[in-house]
Amino acid sequence: MINIWEVNETNKMIEQENLDVRTITLGISLLDCIDADLQKLNENIYRKITTTAEKLVETGMEIERNYCIPIVNKRISVTPIALIGQAACKTPEDFVTIAKTLDKAAKTVGVNFIGGYSALVSKGMTKGDENLIRSIPKALADTERVCSSINVGSTKTGIDMDAVKLMGEIVLQTAEYTKENDSLGCAKLVIFCNAPDDNPFMAGAFHGVTETDAIINVGVSGPGVVKKALEQVRGANFEVLCETIKKTAFKITRVGQLVAQEASRRMGIPFGIIDLSLAPTPAIGDSVAEILEEIGLEYAGAPGTTAALALLNDQVKKGGIMASSYVGGLSGAFIPVSEDQGMIDAVEAGALTLEKLEAMTCVCSVGLDMIAIPGDVPASVISGIIADEMAIGMINQKTTAVRLIPVIGKGVGETVEFGGLLGHAPVMPVNVHGCEAFINRGGRIPAPVHSFKN
Amino acid sequence: MEKKVDKAIITVVGKDTVGIIAKVCTYLAENKVNVLDISQTIVQDFFNMMMIVDLKEKVKPFDQCAKELEQLGEEIGVAVKCQREEIFNKMHRI
Repeated sequence: MINIWEVNETNKMIEQENLDVRTITLGISLLDCIDADLQKLNENIYRKITTTAEKLVETGMEIERNYCIPIVNKRISVTPIALIGQAACKTPEDFVTIAKTLDKAAKTVGVNFIGGYSALVSKGMTKGDENLIRSIPKALADTERVCSSINVGSTKTGIDMDAVKLMGEIVLQTAEYTKENDSLGCAKLVIFCNAPDDNPFMAGAFHGVTETDAIINVGVSGPGVVKKALEQVRGANFEVLCETIKKTAFKITRVGQLVAQEASRRMGIPFGIIDLSLAPTPAIGDSVAEILEEIGLEYAGAPGTTAALALLNDQVKKGGIMASSYVGGLSGAFIPVSEDQGMIDAVEAGALTLEKLEAMTCVCSVGLDMIAIPGDVPASVISGIIADEMAIGMINQKTTAVRLIPVIGKGVGETVEFGGLLGHAPVMPVNVHGCEAFINRGGRIPAPVHSFKN
Repeated sequence: MEKKVDKAIITVVGKDTVGIIAKVCTYLAENKVNVLDISQTIVQDFFNMMMIVDLKEKVKPFDQCAKELEQLGEEIGVAVKCQREEIFNKMHRI
């Protein structure tokens, strides 16, 4: 039988070390909503979401009360809207009406974000895909809870450089459209390579076309718990360090597994996957950067950071995989700048640069995340940064992503405040040497060879 | 078929005082909650108790029991928490 020490350990994790379940994300297929009539399509989408997700928030809260474990977010992901809307939407403005419908549905069921205002264009864009992409700035400015993601490359197909070029412009335009709010729109826009179909985390969540009608995916968290556990093994060798991370990751993931199974049972919707990511928040003691410091670095970004992060990411997976029956999504350590106090401190101390962050993304999920850059950076430079990050994903057969926020009217050294889970961020310098001729070439980068690996 | 046990863990943490166990147990008895196991310890001068209880025969819904126990705790000046057992089993048992 469970003993008092085990009970106390669990409750201490929850009460003092910020253990929580970061999100229950309900994936909903909208394929059966497709209609050539835009109004009918919008009605179908609204009805499908509000009926399928009717009990989502209530169920989440019920589970919270039963186990005294906070479930921070209840969210929804839907089939990429470019696929759903192509038959009905002839212009970007038509797509915006769907964004508004998603926003309305999200508000009705009480979720804080709805993901899937997306297009999958890893090899090329249809007219409909392009219309959706061009509608993003307005869609994100006119809605509150809609999140958008675009997959512009994959290991199997290569990188669609036309889409990369376009996305550089769209990111900048999105920033412009939401400049009154420190360009917040860009915090809801992710550009992916190898985007997973079952990611529960925003802003990149969408419900892949290979998925069933509705499914529950859960994202766990707990950087604070890992940090506390590592405090107990200061100075110990790598074997001890790795074992400690693994054991802790196991415990954290088991809670996610329980919550996922319970949510699935109570809602009568199948359980999909657990996403093992260590997701930080701006709260003190809930930081991935602090884990890196505890491993032995003065700041995240110091020499040794990439190795420490690689080790952390791998051990989290090893511990987590054993704890859950199905693992998927992004599953790795997140290194968003604005959402992690330790990362913010590292940037402010001059220890962490965009280039080091890029190196770090080679060994963890998911990419250049929540990084504020000056608002006067040219679109081609943003496209260049996106292309670099996509290439890392394509060659290394992993998911990579870019979520940059060019803050209109602000320059290096200034700070932006996004509020809540999105945190605040210092504006970071960008290498602005030109890459326009490269970006303007047009076409796509071919898929890499899958043998001769060195 | 007889219903399975419906186990929950009640934890009480706070400054030691007379009658903590009595008050919690009285509440449980009144609500037909059966106590299966109690362990108690003092951690850093704090009263620390864990009870494993069976809610199978309970007269009120789980949420209400948990809330009322929490209120009872506030009256005595201790923190009382009631959680379903699975979270601990999942985390500490393979």
